[in-house]
Amino acid sequence: MSLAPPASPLPPAGAATDEPVERGSSPGHDAWLRLRQNRLAVFGGCALLVVLVACVVGPWLSPFGYEETRLDLGASAPGLAHWLGTDVLGRDLLVRLLYGGRISLAVGLSATVVALTIGVTYGAVAGFAGDRLDALMMRAVDILYSLPFTIFVILLMVFFGRNIILLFVAIGAVEWLTMARIVRGQVMSLKRMEFIEAAHALGFSRRRVLFRHILPNVLGPIVVYTTLTIPSVMLLEAFLSFLGLGVQPPMSSWGVLIKDGAEKMEEFPWLLLFPGTIFSLTLFSLNFLGDGIRDALDVRSSKD
Amino acid sequence: MSRFLVSRLLQSLLALFLIVTATFFMLRFVPGGPFTAERAVPKEILRNLEAHYGLNQPLYRQYLGYLGSLAHGDFGPSFKYSNRTVNEILADKLPVSLELGSWSLAVALLLGLTLGILAALRRNTWIDYAASAFATTGLCVPTFVVGPLCVLVFAIHFGWFGASGWSLPGDRVLPSLVLGLAYAAPIARLTRGGLLEVLQQDFIRTARAKGASEARVVLKHALRGGLLPVVAYLGPAIANILTGSFVIETIFQIPGLGREFVTSAFNRDYTLVLGTVILYAALLMALNLLADLAQAWMNPRVRLE
Repeated sequence: MSLAPPASPLPPAGAATDEPVERGSSPGHDAWLRLRQNRLAVFGGCALLVVLVACVVGPWLSPFGYEETRLDLGASAPGLAHWLGTDVLGRDLLVRLLYGGRISLAVGLSATVVALTIGVTYGAVAGFAGDRLDALMMRAVDILYSLPFTIFVILLMVFFGRNIILLFVAIGAVEWLTMARIVRGQVMSLKRMEFIEAAHALGFSRRRVLFRHILPNVLGPIVVYTTLTIPSVMLLEAFLSFLGLGVQPPMSSWGVLIKDGAEKMEEFPWLLLFPGTIFSLTLFSLNFLGDGIRDALDVRSSKD
Repeated sequence: MSRFLVSRLLQSLLALFLIVTATFFMLRFVPGGPFTAERAVPKEILRNLEAHYGLNQPLYRQYLGYLGSLAHGDFGPSFKYSNRTVNEILADKLPVSLELGSWSLAVALLLGLTLGILAALRRNTWIDYAASAFATTGLCVPTFVVGPLCVLVFAIHFGWFGASGWSLPGDRVLPSLVLGLAYAAPIARLTRGGLLEVLQQDFIRTARAKGASEARVVLKHALRGGLLPVVAYLGPAIANILTGSFVIETIFQIPGLGREFVTSAFNRDYTLVLGTVILYAALLMALNLLADLAQAWMNPRVRLE
């Protein structure tokens, strides 16, 4: 069905001049363009992509297995056969790095998802409910903030067998608090706006208003804070693994490799240098990308 | 104000009580105990040991007994170090962590504030970029990478300092620097951000218009408001620094509280774990309260209620 406008005595405004019509641009598209201008963010994104692909695909392409020991070779310096050298058991360091990267990245992503789910739901409910429920919920967050969480994570990992699922949960349970605060603040300010009143007036259920109308508008801060949560989660995992509390052998993660490397660094410095470099590089990339997205979406930072 | 203080103290006490209770019962419900060793102790001896430490009593009586002695400031006997009380062990380890923490804090403040202020005043010059590069590096290269690298370069290669230990004055340098650098990075970031925001405000223009020198404008007028985010950050950060860094104390083999805590958890030394947790939590809450008070004093618009 075509709705041709009736012939009007006045030509449409655009047609009067011969200038090309400017194409509309969505806020999301604008943000994408701004992000692409940010060289550090682009570098971070590309480096991250390379690391990700290498960690996922790399171990399959390598002629060495990550557990394949060659005691006769021992720790050998980087060379043609083993590009990054081997560890004291003669295991190829590159494969172990890529394999450990899978675990580190997987922990980073999963624990962030845990933190994200708890934090967003909690913050949104508190902010939307308001009044006494809100006061109660945020008081609880305040108290949780004042707890020595590192200590509790350490205790949890020491006592309950150091398995990797618990690691996700423990880290996620620590990192959701800030997300809850951010989301609550945003929801509080959004729920007074006219379009929310309109949604209420249309008779939508509270659940629908919250999840369909309010939350999509909080997406910016959530995305930004998520990209900044992943590096801090990965740091926490590596920290625990460094103390011998995180990922357990024969599995490996960047934290485990750094710990092993630090023990052997006097004779075999490459065992510390390569894991340390790739771990830091990944954290750099994540931070650059996160800062870039924050600037592109123009979200006020909660960190500085 | 006094109402604020009273309510905060009550709230802290409640939180401490919850922490003690949660930790106490968590410790008891996990498998293993302080006397489960690889070489099994004969049953009779085990029973005697448990009777000696009161571990054969019902759990609720042990709990009440522990709370009772806590009220007297007694953390009980250690289960792993015979003839030593937790109080003695804490008194032994805490000063080491406090000293390491103080040096690190000095490094962090000196470096972080200087870089942050310089970066804000010389915005978008090479000083700003260098400071921001330093801050990002500090955030992305963790202490457990920097620490071993510093040992490798300055202790093993150049031989300037000892690689580990805490007996010589020179042993203080590397750990304090590494720990301090990690905290200098966020301080520099927060200082720059806070200062930039304040410098744009009207009262700064007024101060300049009235002919105040640049140093006076920055140090007297702007810094007070600009440091608010730093003060908020410093509350929990100081608690973390002072009670010892698990990682730094492990790398440099420093006999401080952080290392003791991890060991005691592995040993199931119930009372020592509880004592460390309580000490740490109390310090954290006290410093958070101090940070809130300091913020209210620096910014009259902050209301304490």
